[in-house]
Parts: sequence; structure tokens; C-alpha cells
Amino acid sequence: MRTAFINTLVEEAEQRTNLWLITGDLGYSVLEVFSDKYPDRYVNAGVSEQNMIGMAAGISQTGKTVITYSIGNFATLRCLEQIRNDVCYHNLNVKIVAVGGGVAYGPQGYTHHAVEDLAIMRSLPKLTVLAPGDPIETRLAVQAMVSTDGPFYLRLGKAGEPRIHHEPPSFQIGKALEMRQGKDVTLISTGGMLHTTIQVGEKLALSGISARILSMPCLQPIDDDAIQHAAVSTRGIVTIEEHICRGGLGGAVAEVLAGMLQGHAPLFRAGLKNIPFQKAGDQDYIRHLSRLSTPSLEEDIRNWLPS
Amino acid sequence: MKDHMIADIEALKDLARRIRSQSLKMTHHANASHVGTSLSMADLLAVLYGEILNVRPEEPGWPGRDRFILSKGHGAAALYATLAETGFIPTELLESYCDNGASLTGHVSHAEVSGVEVSTGSLGHGLSIACGFALSAKRDRKPWKSFVLLSDGECDEGSIWEAALFAPQHRLDNLTAIIDYNKIQSFGTVEEVIDLHPLAEKWSAFRWAVREVDGHDVSKIREVLSATPFEKGKPNLIIAHTTKGKGVRFMENKLLWHYKSPNADQLKEALCELNSGT
Repeated sequence: MRTAFINTLVEEAEQRTNLWLITGDLGYSVLEVFSDKYPDRYVNAGVSEQNMIGMAAGISQTGKTVITYSIGNFATLRCLEQIRNDVCYHNLNVKIVAVGGGVAYGPQGYTHHAVEDLAIMRSLPKLTVLAPGDPIETRLAVQAMVSTDGPFYLRLGKAGEPRIHHEPPSFQIGKALEMRQGKDVTLISTGGMLHTTIQVGEKLALSGISARILSMPCLQPIDDDAIQHAAVSTRGIVTIEEHICRGGLGGAVAEVLAGMLQGHAPLFRAGLKNIPFQKAGDQDYIRHLSRLSTPSLEEDIRNWLPS
Repeated sequence: MKDHMIADIEALKDLARRIRSQSLKMTHHANASHVGTSLSMADLLAVLYGEILNVRPEEPGWPGRDRFILSKGHGAAALYATLAETGFIPTELLESYCDNGASLTGHVSHAEVSGVEVSTGSLGHGLSIACGFALSAKRDRKPWKSFVLLSDGECDEGSIWEAALFAPQHRLDNLTAIIDYNKIQSFGTVEEVIDLHPLAEKWSAFRWAVREVDGHDVSKIREVLSATPFEKGKPNLIIAHTTKGKGVRFMENKLLWHYKSPNADQLKEALCELNSGT
């Protein structure tokens, strides 16, 4: 995803001469393709995220679109009030990009686990929240982000996530992408859990459960219609995210379901448990402990799904 | 400096007096806090808007304008008063300060208030935004300047020092930060709470070009603000030595007036003192 992000950004910057990139002193061997090509539109703010966001707001106020780049929590929580006041309140073209969403930096420890970011960012006014599921969605998300006015948060994994989409889908802000048709249960995935979710769908099929799969690369605004449709057309909804179960995708879907006047399918929220995770462990290991691995999810969904 | 409106010293003093009067009336009307901070920076605002800032009240969004941020957003009354007295917003609007549904909020709001660049109120935000303005102008080779007015207590915020490190690194000599150094912050004197001394040396060590000025001497303020950049390639830092509550003797240097609103009798006494020029 990281590679898709920077390559797309460099392409967009060719045409969009007002596109700037500011980093909080991170992105070694990633951002050079931008900084070498567009040095006048690149800034290293140093290890100072509050100043980075405030500056991005100021630069944006002069008519520019500014991308800020850092690792998960540094890009978001460290400078949350600057994002809220300086960027969102003023509805500016500042696009906050975080790499290492979820537990991508697993062994580095809890300080580097961005696992509450979606809940927090989703609550901010005017902010569009994107968490693409593969490099193709990442490319489309970046294109949508730089061509749409207003503040954005883009949550990326790291590098090397598999490509899931064979062809670029029709990507729209606020819309889910249907990955698989099915009639028994709807699996909704956000961010880097897409690959696992597809595998879970295939495994469920072997057990005779027909799973519909939605990729939800946009958390805010959320696709109410897709969720409501899922709630009346399948017997259960499962949200799958590399994030705590409160306030992220599962929370967003629960909010939509709670507002439905007619009966709706029940919701199973699969997400990270044991947070803060206090030991070393790579992404797959931490997912496994949280029952976010393919076999665990398949088993849990099969046991949970109402008949 | 504006080339079409060279105000004389007496006019600047009168503007400062009107800013103080309006701030007092607004604070009384709204039963609001922070009158002391409005009074301490009235002379700074008068010189900035009366002469230094290249802005157009009739065209507040003019791209070539100088940018000004009141980072100490709790001084909103004085900024709104200044904007009214210099033609950005109608004077009558001041009478709605903090009223239900009014656009003039108790901390500076950009929403529906002509002439306000950014909303402030949480301390420590303005200097970074001002750095963004200045960097953008530098890279675009535009002549306009970026100004920001900070409070002394605000310098407790870490974000101020993040920006303080950044600006000289990028040689932002088109950036001027002014500290309203009235030496009283929210819960006591600056010396008692978090002593900033030696303040000038701190900013110098951060590679800013520093000047100190009597923040109530409009002539001296004008002189120093007209002399930027002080050193080519360095951001400008002006320490304005001020008195909290300046201009109303019973308010001067009193922490109480960070919070208290003047009642009708106190307002009358304060306005009488201001108008008599004593």
C-alpha cells in the first residue's frame, strides 16, 4: 500500500502543481521519489507532528493541497487537536496519511500500534476517513483524496500487501465495494483485513455458508445503504478490522443498524483484543491471538451465525 | 507597511483607546473573562492594523494581504474591536459579542467574521500556522508577510518550541512573532508558574532575531515592526513588555481581571479614565 500511495502521489503531483508533501521525519527510502522530483513542494518538518499539522493548515490556507505523512499514532493522536481545530474546523485541504495502520509494526510494541485511530478520526467533523484494502484501492483512494476538497485521513498498512482486485473497481467516497456475492452472511472488511476476509468467505463456502463480502475503504462517511441492505438481505453481519472493536468499522456499522426502524440481522464485530498488547509479536501473531486469522474467523462466524 | 495610509502617532493612540473602550464594553455586555489580556495588547493591535499590516478591509480575502493570527485567542474581544474600528466588520456587531447565535465567539472565530484568518483559543497553535503561511509565501516568492501575536503563558506549550525550531531552519524572515509579555498567566505570575526568564535569550538561542519593546509605546512599536526583517534569513521575534489591564488603573497587574467582568459602575469608571486620557 505504501508503494501504491507514493507512486500515485508522484503521478498526481505532475498535474497538480499545488500538491505539497510534509513528513514528520519518516519515510526513508519511500518519499525520495517525491522529494527528488518536487523539492519545492516537499518539507521535512522534523520530529514535531503538532507543528507539522499546524503548518500544513497554514500552507493549505494559501491555496495548496497538503499531504502530511507519518506513522500511525504520530500522524494522528500526537497532533489531534491541531487536526481538529486547525484543519477540520477550517475545512482545509490537508490530507493526513498514516502508515502502519493496525499492528503492521507488530514487534515494535504498543506505541507503534495504531489501533484506536479509526474510532477517533471518525468522530472529527468534516474529515473523510479512508482505509483501503489493497494496493488497487490505495491508488484509487489517493486519487479521490487529492481531487476532493476538504480534510482526509488515509490509513495505510505497510508494504507488500497482496493485490486483491483484478480490475480497478468503481471507487466512490462513501461507498462500499462488493467483492463477492452471497446470501447467508455479509462480511464487511476495512483496511488490510481484506485479504483475510476473502479467504474466510472461501472457507465458509466449503461449509455450505454463502458469504457476501463488502470492502469498506471509506469509514466516514459510511455507506448506510450497503449496511442497511446487508441487514435485511442476509442473516448476519460480521465486521472485520485490525482495530479495537469499539468505534471503528464495527462501531460505525452498529450505529447504522441501531437507527433502523425495521428488524435487522445481528452484528458480530471481529477486531483486536488484548489491547494494549504488551509483548513482541508480528502482525500475523497478534491477529492470531485476536482470532483475526482465517481459521479462527471462519470458526467463530460458523458458530455464531443464526440459522 | 501600508503606503497609502501612514497614520500619525496620535491616530494610533486613539485607535488603541477605542479598542480598549470597545473591549471593556463587550466584556461587560457578555459578562466575559479576559478583559486584562485585551487591554494589554491593544496598543500592539492598533499599530499592526493601523499601519503595519498590508490588508484591505473591503477585500479581506485579497491574496496579496499580510496574514495576522491572534494566537492568544482569548483576547478575541480586542481583535473584534480592532476589526470593527478598521472597517472589516460593522461596529454594531460588537454589541452581539458572545450572544446566543452571534458569530463573535469568546475565543477568536474565523467563521462569518471578516478579516479573521484562523480560529484560535487553544494555545500553542498560531505560530505553526504562521510558519505555514510564511513558508508558502517564501516558496512562491510572494512579498506578503506573516504575523502572529502570542501570549507569555502560551510559551509553556511544547508546540510553540516545535515551531520555534522550524522557522529559522527554513530562514523564514518574512515571519514575525510578537509576545504580549504582560507577565501574568492564568493562575499567577509567569515567574511563579513557569518562569520564562531569560526569554530573549531563549529565542536568540533558537536562532531568531529578537527585539524588545515597550508594548504600550505606539511610536516604538511602529519603529520595531517597520524594521523587519531584523536580520536577513532569521525569523523575527518581538518581546513586547506590557501591563495586563493597561489603561484602567484598578485592573492593571491584577490576576483577577483575567477572569472578572466589569460591572456597570466599574465600566463607567474605566471608560471615564480612558476618555480622560489620564
